[in-house]
Amino acid sequence: MANVPPIPKRISSIKFGLMSPKEVRKMSATPIITADTYDDDGFPIDMGLMDTKLGVIDPGLRCKTCSGRAGECPGHFGHIELVAPVVHVGFNKIIRKLLRASCRKCSRILLDLGQKQHFLDQLAAVEEIGHRPDDLINEVFKEASKVKTCPYCKEEQLDIKFEKPSEYLENGEKLTPTEIRDRFENIPDEDIRVIGMDPDNARPEWMILTVLPVPPVTVRPSITLESGQRSEDDLTHKLVDIIRINQRFQENREAGAPQLIIEDLWELLQYHVTTFFDNSVSGIPPARHRSGRPLKTLSQRLKGKEGRFRGSLSGKRVNFSARTVISPDPNLSINEVGVPMPIARILTVPVIVTPRTIEQLKVYIRNGTEIHPGANYVFRPDGRRIKVTEVNKEDLAEKIEYSWMVERQLKDGDTVLFNRQPSLHKMSIMAHSVKVLPNKTFRLNPAVCPPYNADFDGDEMNMHALQTEESRAEAKILMRVQENILSPRFGGPIIGGIHDHISGLFLLTRFENHISAKDAFDILRKAKAHELPDPAGHDEKGIPFWTGKQIFSQILPESLNMGFPAQVCSHCDVCQEEECPNDAYVVIRNGNLLKGTIDEAAIGAFKGKIQERIIKDISSEAGSKFIDDMTRLAIRAIMRTGLSFGIADEDIPKEARIQINEVLDTAEDAVQKLIRSYENKELEPLPGRTLDETIEMSIMQKLGKARDETGNIADSHMGLENSAVIMARSGARGSILNLTQMAACVGQQAVRGERIRRGYAGRTLTHFEAGDLGSDAHGFVKASYKSGLNPTEYFFHAIGGREGLVDTAVRTSQSGYLQRRLVNALQDLEVHYDITVRDTRGVVVQFKYGEDGIDATKSDFSKPDAIQRVIRSVMNKEAGE
Amino acid sequence: MTKFSLLDHELVPKHEIMSEGELKSVLSKYFIDKEQLPKIKVQDPVIKEIGATIGDVVKITRMSHTAGEADYYRLVIE
Repeated sequence: MANVPPIPKRISSIKFGLMSPKEVRKMSATPIITADTYDDDGFPIDMGLMDTKLGVIDPGLRCKTCSGRAGECPGHFGHIELVAPVVHVGFNKIIRKLLRASCRKCSRILLDLGQKQHFLDQLAAVEEIGHRPDDLINEVFKEASKVKTCPYCKEEQLDIKFEKPSEYLENGEKLTPTEIRDRFENIPDEDIRVIGMDPDNARPEWMILTVLPVPPVTVRPSITLESGQRSEDDLTHKLVDIIRINQRFQENREAGAPQLIIEDLWELLQYHVTTFFDNSVSGIPPARHRSGRPLKTLSQRLKGKEGRFRGSLSGKRVNFSARTVISPDPNLSINEVGVPMPIARILTVPVIVTPRTIEQLKVYIRNGTEIHPGANYVFRPDGRRIKVTEVNKEDLAEKIEYSWMVERQLKDGDTVLFNRQPSLHKMSIMAHSVKVLPNKTFRLNPAVCPPYNADFDGDEMNMHALQTEESRAEAKILMRVQENILSPRFGGPIIGGIHDHISGLFLLTRFENHISAKDAFDILRKAKAHELPDPAGHDEKGIPFWTGKQIFSQILPESLNMGFPAQVCSHCDVCQEEECPNDAYVVIRNGNLLKGTIDEAAIGAFKGKIQERIIKDISSEAGSKFIDDMTRLAIRAIMRTGLSFGIADEDIPKEARIQINEVLDTAEDAVQKLIRSYENKELEPLPGRTLDETIEMSIMQKLGKARDETGNIADSHMGLENSAVIMARSGARGSILNLTQMAACVGQQAVRGERIRRGYAGRTLTHFEAGDLGSDAHGFVKASYKSGLNPTEYFFHAIGGREGLVDTAVRTSQSGYLQRRLVNALQDLEVHYDITVRDTRGVVVQFKYGEDGIDATKSDFSKPDAIQRVIRSVMNKEAGE
Repeated sequence: MTKFSLLDHELVPKHEIMSEGELKSVLSKYFIDKEQLPKIKVQDPVIKEIGATIGDVVKITRMSHTAGEADYYRLVIE
């Protein structure tokens, strides 16, 4: 190990070029002349396509070139001498450009010496600054192909036309590859430099093939079917075709066949060589297998999603992984994942047989593969794998010795990685501990949905079983869910209560609930709190009762002290804090909720101040316990009262409806008045706006205000007994705007932030007069979803709705690409122990991470809260003591 | 035409050429060679302004919302 070179090696240069026929022959191990592969004994034929000089794939044989066995021999190229030259498909574009840019007689590039020197200088300059010369070279071709007579031999240049797939016509007459090759051969070296090629590494005539390299057999291995029949690789099939036609061509030419037949064969050879490189060239039918399936030739192996780059190098399928649909289970901890039994029986964890493990492993092996937790495979120290079967399980259990390895099935408590695509941030892959459950879906606590951005409408997730002790340790310390509750994005919790958790605790803590001992224990049962504090009071009959705030306090850590405004806070000018009349200021003293309502600001994902405080002041473990308890408590709490929403919840009283209509009518009158003043040219334009823009803006503003007003009216008639209001106010789901649209007025429909104007000339629909600027003619929806939209309103609503859909579709693809570019640029940067950010070469990118060296997860939403809190806590203590 | 200094602009942080001694202490602080510093081209307007030459290291003092002042060092290259 001592002389192993350091890992980051600097590549000084990479040379790209074309392969010359000479080079092809030099690297070739053997010429290939017969189209046959194996003889009757199943042995590779000499100078055939499976010649052992090209390497070996069958065990037992030795390579004639390097005398390596199968697996050791990397394979060697061979070559086929083509009877006549053919065009290489990949270079059609350059060949065409070069034909147009060079003289048909003397082969010189059609630029005078001065121009050539000018371009050469520019090329050198571009190379010096390290830019790509592509644009410059295109200009050379463009200039040269404009010239009609050769500046050297005065030959008139003819028009060159390229016809798919690989035919070149000069004034309608076909140029054969031989002719093209001759022209290119005569281009002098100094002219080649002008077109950006290096004559030592890439002569243009090498783009016309005279000899074809044959890839080693290791690149195109044949497979033996169960029937003993050999099945050859697609590339081998293609090479057979090429050799056959090549031979026929030669025979015909030697026999002096008519020109027509020779041309046909030449074209056929061209076709086969073309499809050997690329079987998806437009203009030619793809070469097919006998079964009718198109052949997978060289470029098909590399291209596209399943190609070598995207499919085999950037990403590949992995072992020890599983994927299935997810569903919720609030009884699981956020650190757990429910794994279906069928998956747990297939995924395994390797355990080495030691004095400590041997007894347990014997039990697993005796369980076999059918009884969970069992063992699926046993590995002997020599690497041999033995499958555990019903037949051999007893024997195996007796046979295992120290240093053997057993692959036991996944069981409760194993650490696995859990992932949902798209993996956009580090919380998209987190470590969970396994809980084996019946049925066929992965189960997870709904509180961990936000980091994965998961829901249960059919989402699938992936799981990876960790295989080494090191990976398990690393995953447990760095990747467990509880270690990722705080997001480095904004320094707050990304995991917390959602939907019903928020409504549930809101209902529990908001009102002066009187909860009997029986009910209290019922709510707290799942949260594993077994004692109640002193009752808050006694009712008329002398039976003690507790408040919701007291019950919630049971799951708070005792050392918790905090105060903050709740989500329901109405942002008064002067905050009365603890004396808040709306019970919207949360006060927690020594783990007791004294004042305030628990809602999104307290326990919600993204916002929850309580989780944040617990994690930062106590530990992430306490934080995860709190979330577990909180979700269970909230679910029990919401089940006690129930929370439902229906059409009737959108009802508003008659007088509210009348008020809303009045507001809408006055708004419409105001709009009409604006329009009249606009038509009478009395309207004053706003600064920097045209008159047309001004009227549009004022109308939009009027109508927007009207909609908000109707919302306020509806809102004032729906109190906190309305479940939609509860959900909107507490931050559980929906907003007051959603409510307004359902109950009062949907409002203006917009396209690109403007009123709808598209449609016919001067009007949106034929229902309106041309030039009508009125509110209903441009997409103002007076109706509410409850009352129902009229046909024109419905149409405008569909227009506005479609824009939203298009927007999301466009945004996701664009932001995805942006993210990819950013990740590719930053992926190798690393924060070192001295807080410098460096790349793999050790070049410093930042001298202090983020210029301030702050870990965002440990900051308070990036605000200097910590200092103030310390001061406050110190002052309070002093005052108290 | 009035000529003004680039450095007077509020968005251009303070650039100054480092002395040998300063440079040595920075390099030893981070255990790096001069080559591992971030680079800046001589053609850069601010480099022309302060008259640094290839091989010099400039110290850049930036104002930061979170850290007050943040130091940065760049090696002047061709």
